[in-house]
Amino acid sequence: MSDVSKTDTDAGPAGGESSEGAARKFLSVRDLRIHFDTDDGLVKSVDGVSFDLEAGKTLGIVGESGSGKSVTSLGIMGLHSSERARISGEIWLDGEELIGAGPERVRQLRGQKMSMIFQDPLSALHPYYSIGAQIVEAYRVHNKVDKKTAKTRAVEMLDRVGIPEPARRYNDYPHQFSGGMRQRAMIAMSLVNNPELLIADEPTTALDVTVQAQILDLIRDLQKEFRSAVVIITHDLGVVAEIADDLLVMYAGRCIERGSSEKVFYQPQHPYTWGLLGSMPRIDREQTDRLVPVKGTPPSLINVPSGCAFHPRCPYADVPKDNLTRTERPDLREITDGHFSACHMSRAEREKIWTEEIAPKL
Amino acid sequence: MTELTKKIPEQESGAGSASGSDSSGPEPILKVTGLVKHFPITKGVLKRKVGAVQAVDGLSFDVRPGETLGVVGESGCGKSTMGRLITRLLEPTGGKVEFEGRDITHLSAGALRPMRRDIQMIFQDPYGSLNPRHTIGGIVSTPFKLQGIEPEGGVKKEVQRLLELVGLSPEHYNRYPHEFSGGQRQRIGIARALALNPKLVVADEPVSALDVSIQAQVVNLLDDLQDELGLTYVIIAHDLSVIRHVSDRIAVMYLGKIVELADRASLYTSPKHPYTKALLSAVPVPDPSRRGGKSDRILLKGDVPSPISPPGGCRFHTRCWKATEICGTTEPPLIQLAPGHQAACHHPENAPDQRPQDTVSVAARETVELAGETPAESTEKAESTEEAESTEKPAPGDAASSDTASDDVASDAPSQDAEGPAKE
Repeated sequence: MSDVSKTDTDAGPAGGESSEGAARKFLSVRDLRIHFDTDDGLVKSVDGVSFDLEAGKTLGIVGESGSGKSVTSLGIMGLHSSERARISGEIWLDGEELIGAGPERVRQLRGQKMSMIFQDPLSALHPYYSIGAQIVEAYRVHNKVDKKTAKTRAVEMLDRVGIPEPARRYNDYPHQFSGGMRQRAMIAMSLVNNPELLIADEPTTALDVTVQAQILDLIRDLQKEFRSAVVIITHDLGVVAEIADDLLVMYAGRCIERGSSEKVFYQPQHPYTWGLLGSMPRIDREQTDRLVPVKGTPPSLINVPSGCAFHPRCPYADVPKDNLTRTERPDLREITDGHFSACHMSRAEREKIWTEEIAPKL
Repeated sequence: MTELTKKIPEQESGAGSASGSDSSGPEPILKVTGLVKHFPITKGVLKRKVGAVQAVDGLSFDVRPGETLGVVGESGCGKSTMGRLITRLLEPTGGKVEFEGRDITHLSAGALRPMRRDIQMIFQDPYGSLNPRHTIGGIVSTPFKLQGIEPEGGVKKEVQRLLELVGLSPEHYNRYPHEFSGGQRQRIGIARALALNPKLVVADEPVSALDVSIQAQVVNLLDDLQDELGLTYVIIAHDLSVIRHVSDRIAVMYLGKIVELADRASLYTSPKHPYTKALLSAVPVPDPSRRGGKSDRILLKGDVPSPISPPGGCRFHTRCWKATEICGTTEPPLIQLAPGHQAACHHPENAPDQRPQDTVSVAARETVELAGETPAESTEKAESTEEAESTEKPAPGDAASSDTASDDVASDAPSQDAEGPAKE
């Protein structure tokens, strides 16, 4: 068990380097594990995830509900209650380790150096306070400025994210904003301190396509302007293709494929990634008769299947010999430069299946 | 009641004869004319009416037997209200709904009951639409109880057959909804909708609450059931990729109105209404090579106006880059611009301009921006088109020449993407 996790950690681009090496990247997550004790058993929401992210780049994390993508992001933000969650591993943000750092230090960083855009703007904004007041609060927590300066800053941010008549809308309450405007207001709030790391958890899932396009554009522009590192979490492969430089595919709390967007989209290596691509009706391709879904349902995180967690749903589970998929958990291995996949099939086997069976159907 | 029970076999044969989809013009199974639904807004103790949410405001369309009509639009465009109106879960304020030639617009609940078995609904939220205190068996057998029908071989056997039909195990009969995942619950909802062998199934966002891999399973299931049982679907969704996959014909709604109604291929290759075009261009494409060079994306500014006081004239004119004076004053009718392709626009894309003499208002240009262009570039571009236009404009009498002129303007002004989403 510990063996497996070790290889997983070593597989990161930082190689088997010590944490010093990891510290050089802007954000570096090493073997992150977040487990929750529940009445039903131990839920291994995140079970050994590692990745790096450089400043100015965007990482997309994709996966189905319950794959651990949101738990990972909340873990980076230090938002798990220490009583309920068992967290291990390392999170390096600009040379500073966060899991070992005290909650007070993480609180200082949160909102300033790293901030988050939540999925549901209606529940993430406080209904009793005006939009402006909430942005001002976020600003004044980290900056010693008077109210007037803070207000000017808040109005400036509202303007920056494209809210019409920002000075007037400053006094509005969340319910007076439409869904897209609330999401913009929340982006304004998370960017008010010019964070260097922005985590967006399903930032556009609750929005219509036209508004989604606006918000993605906004995130892209702001990233260019502030050179922030962005982690975008979504289940929509279309969204990540638009915005992410690198991609991390999660399944049952683990990373099963990681690489540049181009690599993962054009030469996906893991059968689950194939399944995700085949499940999606594509507007840019010829109409297909049938979608190619992944059979079955995502596993419970309390009883994660033995061996490769994906094997009960994998159509190629019997390809590797010796029942390997059922007994041994595959390590995340490097296939080509910077492209990792956790699958027991050999590269030649995967290549054959991909070119002969999967690619023609996509 | 006995009379109703007897009707079941007849119904099947009836559906069989009606679904002569190969014949050139089968009688529509559902005919909607001028459908209107306004929800009153009241104030004070006396419930004084102070306004109305014009959720659905004049829809006309047909659904032919055996086909799938997809309905897309943004949230608040009235697509769900439309679904509830045609299933008569809501009573229309105006207009007419005819099901198999029979006017059901204002039927009472009692008079509707026999008809309910022919029109069924699949709901969006698989968590909210199943009663947590009832077993799956109870949920799926309720339609039989309500209609007083005793299927051959007994209710239990029939329910188990239905569960199998939608890909669940018949042993699930005694389980409760909380024991199922989202995708399985949606299957239960589908089994319930199919229990009475309906002719028309209205599915309101049947897959939007599901994960991608499960979504594909349910889409395929709906597809198989249609082939197997000869169902007619009205599928309401906001996801344009899903709608394209499942539909034969598609209606695009905006603020309570249908702005475009066309065959699938025609709609996706040559959208006529600017709104459809903007919607299509906004769909994120899962292809990283398109990242960066997104000159073909039309970004609409702002939000959908409130349906309490929708803009006059064309409802889209406040966000449309092609809007002219007439768009603010006269509502464009839904007219046929190509065979099987209707659109409600004065200045359609991919079709001759309906009002060529009107010029694009300056305000309209600001309603849209092209991604990948700096604001400076786009204003520059707008100015240059304005010039082009003003030079061409002095010949409003000569319809033909001004027609081509404004066509030119139209094709280069808002976007270089005439070929963008459209590939012909």
